[in-house]
Amino acid sequence: LVAEIEKKITEAFEVFDRESNKTVDVREIGCIVRSLGCFPNEAEVQELLAQIEVEEQEGFIHLKNFLPVMTKVLLDKRFRPIPEDVILHAFEALDENKCGYITKEDLVKHLTEK
Amino acid sequence: IRAAILIQKWYRFTMARLEMRRRYSLSIFQSIEYADEQDQLQVCNLPFFLYKHLCYPQDFSQIFTSPSAPQVVDEDLCLKEFEKKIDVPDSYYGPRLSFPLTVEDANALLHAFRNEQLLHARYVLQLLSETRRVLKEMPNITHLSTSYSKEITVCAASLNAPFFFFLQNGLPSEQNRYVFNGDFVDRGKNSMEILIILFAFLLIYPNDLHLNRGNHEDYIMNLRYGFTKEVSKKYKDHWKQILCLLRDVFSWLPLATIIDSKVLILHGGISDTTDLDFLNALERNKVRDHIHVRIILFSFKNFAILDILWSDPRSQNGCTPNKCRGGGCYFGPDVTAKLFERYNLKMLIRSHEFKPEGYEISHDGKVITIFSASNYYEEGSNRGAYIKLNPELIPRFVQYQVSKFTRRQNLRERVGTIESSALKSLREKIYAHKSELTSAFAQYDVNGTGRISVNDWAAAMESVLQLDLPWRMLRSQLAQMNPDGEVDFMSCFYDLKMGQPIKEAQPALAETLCRYRKDLEIIFNIIDKDHSGLISLEEFSQTWRLFTSHLGIDVQDDSIDKLVLSIDYNKDGHIDFNEFLEAFHVVHRLEKKTT
Repeated sequence: LVAEIEKKITEAFEVFDRESNKTVDVREIGCIVRSLGCFPNEAEVQELLAQIEVEEQEGFIHLKNFLPVMTKVLLDKRFRPIPEDVILHAFEALDENKCGYITKEDLVKHLTEK
Repeated sequence: IRAAILIQKWYRFTMARLEMRRRYSLSIFQSIEYADEQDQLQVCNLPFFLYKHLCYPQDFSQIFTSPSAPQVVDEDLCLKEFEKKIDVPDSYYGPRLSFPLTVEDANALLHAFRNEQLLHARYVLQLLSETRRVLKEMPNITHLSTSYSKEITVCAASLNAPFFFFLQNGLPSEQNRYVFNGDFVDRGKNSMEILIILFAFLLIYPNDLHLNRGNHEDYIMNLRYGFTKEVSKKYKDHWKQILCLLRDVFSWLPLATIIDSKVLILHGGISDTTDLDFLNALERNKVRDHIHVRIILFSFKNFAILDILWSDPRSQNGCTPNKCRGGGCYFGPDVTAKLFERYNLKMLIRSHEFKPEGYEISHDGKVITIFSASNYYEEGSNRGAYIKLNPELIPRFVQYQVSKFTRRQNLRERVGTIESSALKSLREKIYAHKSELTSAFAQYDVNGTGRISVNDWAAAMESVLQLDLPWRMLRSQLAQMNPDGEVDFMSCFYDLKMGQPIKEAQPALAETLCRYRKDLEIIFNIIDKDHSGLISLEEFSQTWRLFTSHLGIDVQDDSIDKLVLSIDYNKDGHIDFNEFLEAFHVVHRLEKKTT
């Protein structure tokens, strides 16, 4: 099972590996983690990165550092997806005027408050 | 705030999935394109005599019908000869060029092409002949200086709409110079018109418009990638003369341009043996096409040109042969640094590689890749870009995307379009390798259940197709899985069938024909000297046998004979090979009708 998970992770990683040298830009890690089916929020992505990032390769993450961390994430089933009704509630909570949508500005405002 | 974070999470998730789909779709397109380029080496491996016979049967004396016509070298004579021999009827309403060309001629051409008119063959031939004359005078490496120009525009030439481009960016002039960095043809259906415009402008503004040769300015590439077909369709009576002359013109295109002795512009890249002085001195017109170099010229000095036209930069140090392309090399930052130090250069601008954003900067800012054809693979697949260099040699990038539909589609729809197009190409490849895949699957399926694990399926796919794609991610689109998590491997082939069922064809034979359809098309076109679309049964069988024996394919002798006889509908000893090959075009059974 572990081998299969590792292969899956490697595949996803390689799609973002522009030069086929087993490294990706650190900004793509969030994308990769999510395309493997996980639902982390931004803070959680940063935490994950803290566990991985190596000093010398500024701005790049090597597969060999990413693989063990990500494998554990998948084995532990962390960052599970949110059920639909919870998301719906979240939308309703922010949709003060009950118009059925929220604007980008509203969302930004809520995210940057406090 | 918690709600907002939840929404953000979900949104990022969705965007990430879209991005992944977009990336692997582009990856599919690119892998298949490069694999096709590599397949071309099959043509390369044909026996020497066959190659020579096929590729160089004509020479210039065939331009004029009289057998005693001398080899025409004098271009002035050429212009007049074309005028005498080729009549332009009164019914022709397209542009009538008069040499030397003027701005009026240029405008007439732009106007005509915008209205989808064709330039008459006589003018095309005259234009090409004049272009050759002008190009012959040019050195292999052109040197420019920015002293008079406001900006120099560098593009990769494969423009979607050069007509609009010049309107938007201005006609060439001393203050507004242009460098077109190769690959003018084989991109889209209007390669001929693009060439005509570029050459016409070259003649009118010889100091302000410069062209570098690209790897597609090559006879063999043109056969494969569609330019030859385009010309033969548009110019039914004169296409051969045009292509013959064009082959010569291509070989006279300069190899590189250097601006202010600091910025080197060329199509592909460099290698650790690149020597600019050497490049400047060699006889560039001897390099007709890349196969010619490899087989006939077969000397290392001419490989230098292959390096210039075919190499790609990589982030790892060193210089290794370019396996992906079959020509040129991969060059690392150290190679670039060394070359820069030797010749006191500051920047290398090159093209040759597809980039989703139209451009990319690598090797620590020293190398810029510029790709000017937007929507290259599919509507919405990528942007195009070009560079404007100011006198301080600082580049400014202009990105664009030409499209009728892109605005109407949102991001999700666009990715969907690209994805289904990419998957379609991939499925065709899968079908074309059906037997090999089936036996690879069978090796994993020890108990003969028809199902194997995802891992095994992915391994089998990669070992046969060798496209280096994320198979696990693609699996859901390609094959069905049962509730136990096993892949029903034969389901890859459902919904795919050949255009026309040919009863006499065994499956293995049909599949081989399917896979090598493009290569065969090239070869048949070469054999068919009078372009009638017909070749004799004997020629067909002979060629087929040679071809398969060289590929090491095991095909029973009599099966091809039976097949060929069944195709000769009117039993006159000739077959229409276009019809024949068309039959081996893969069709998708559930394909929705395109609106």
